[in-house]
Amino acid sequence: MPKLPKLPAPPLPAALQAPPPRPREGNGKGGPLEDAKEAGISVVDWVDERTSLSGAGRWLLFRKVPKGTNWFYTLGSATMFAFLSQAVTGVFLAMYYRPDPSGGAYESIRHVTNEVFLGQFVRGMHKWGSSVMVILIFLHMGRTFFFGAYKYPRELNWVIGVVLLILTMVMSFTGYLLPFDQRAYWATIVGVNINGTGPLIGPYLSDFLRGGGEFGATTLSRFYAIHMLLIPGLLAALIGFHLYLVAKLGTTAPPWSKAEERPELREDVV
Amino acid sequence: MSDKHAKHKSKYTADRLIPGAFEGETVTRRRFMTGTAHTAGAIAAGAFALPALGFALGPIFKSTPHHWETVGKESDFNEDNYVPVTFTLTAGIGEAGKTTAYVRKFNPKIDTDPSDKDSKYIAISSRCAHLGCPVRWVDAAERFICPCHGGVYDLLGKRVGGPPVRPLDRFYTRVEGEFVQLGPRFSVNSELKRFSPRDPGEPLDGVGQYLYPSRPSAQKL
Repeated sequence: MPKLPKLPAPPLPAALQAPPPRPREGNGKGGPLEDAKEAGISVVDWVDERTSLSGAGRWLLFRKVPKGTNWFYTLGSATMFAFLSQAVTGVFLAMYYRPDPSGGAYESIRHVTNEVFLGQFVRGMHKWGSSVMVILIFLHMGRTFFFGAYKYPRELNWVIGVVLLILTMVMSFTGYLLPFDQRAYWATIVGVNINGTGPLIGPYLSDFLRGGGEFGATTLSRFYAIHMLLIPGLLAALIGFHLYLVAKLGTTAPPWSKAEERPELREDVV
Repeated sequence: MSDKHAKHKSKYTADRLIPGAFEGETVTRRRFMTGTAHTAGAIAAGAFALPALGFALGPIFKSTPHHWETVGKESDFNEDNYVPVTFTLTAGIGEAGKTTAYVRKFNPKIDTDPSDKDSKYIAISSRCAHLGCPVRWVDAAERFICPCHGGVYDLLGKRVGGPPVRPLDRFYTRVEGEFVQLGPRFSVNSELKRFSPRDPGEPLDGVGQYLYPSRPSAQKL
């Protein structure tokens, strides 16, 4: 295969190219604003000298994107921000929630909704945000499918995406029980029994989810632990890997965009 | 070339001219160190991973002892109609641990199945055999009707319509003095043959009883 000419290095934004203004130069007036700027740069420099993180940051953020990149390409980050919103609101809801099946769970949710300052709002964000995240994840999946962005070399990212979808569904399922009202209770009974209809391993899966043969005291704490400890860690780790692969492989051009006529890149000319 | 190749193929470190090799030694010290470090790491990881896994999976293999619950006096029940009773199935979780059964006296005109001959009372579980919603006895229709997905059962708990895969489960019954007591649950297939308790959605006809095996976690008589 003939050698292709080397692509130019990705350009830095203008703000980063200009040399920083030197302090106390010229007329000698620095002022507090100048000092504060200098202090900030020193702190960033101190960290960067010891970690070299700025290179990774540039690599992640200042990527070349293909022509025709449009609003559909934001669905992935939208899903991630929905996840972050769920994580933050979930952490604060956990400060009030008690996974106690003999009335405490329902009472703590009632307390959050009716008495805690902004409790109804934060709980509403978590409740509606879960639906938003599921909708966004499916839209993101649809974009990837219809734009053909799952093809080589991005198949592994598709597979990770499917795992993320399944984990998000597990989050929705386990979170649904936590308010412990009638709807939560019966929806979980039905959901666990749907799991049980899988031949051979299904019944054992039901036992695992319930923590026994019947819906019992451990079922709620089991769902709570899965919902707030097990799955969020997995989700965060896999989202990180998903993003790494996006940055490494780049995004695809939309299927309707035509390849640019670059005679020097054509194999038969070189 | 072939000579060098032969030297590398020898399993003895001494033949491979490794410095400090012992007579008859076959594993290099580098390989031994690597293997030891990997084994130690695997033991350390297993030491916390396996107990945690067993802890999470333990309830699957734990058998639950059965108990009898008093649901009423003999005079509370009759031969012709069901009386709903509520009792505690799982202790310690308040209302969420309660379940409902429909109880009536054994009626030789209806309960012609030979396996029911010994029971003085028939207790039908309210748990729908489709996905576990609570069914209700509708007197006017003489049917058990499920509110979730439209499962319908007749007087004996046999399916007459909707998605359920087997008849309604039943409870063992006994009489202690003047009180009627309910014991563990059991499942029946479409001919009312008795099986150890299964979860809803698991058929018991044909190969069903093997695809959905009886599990240690279920309360049995």
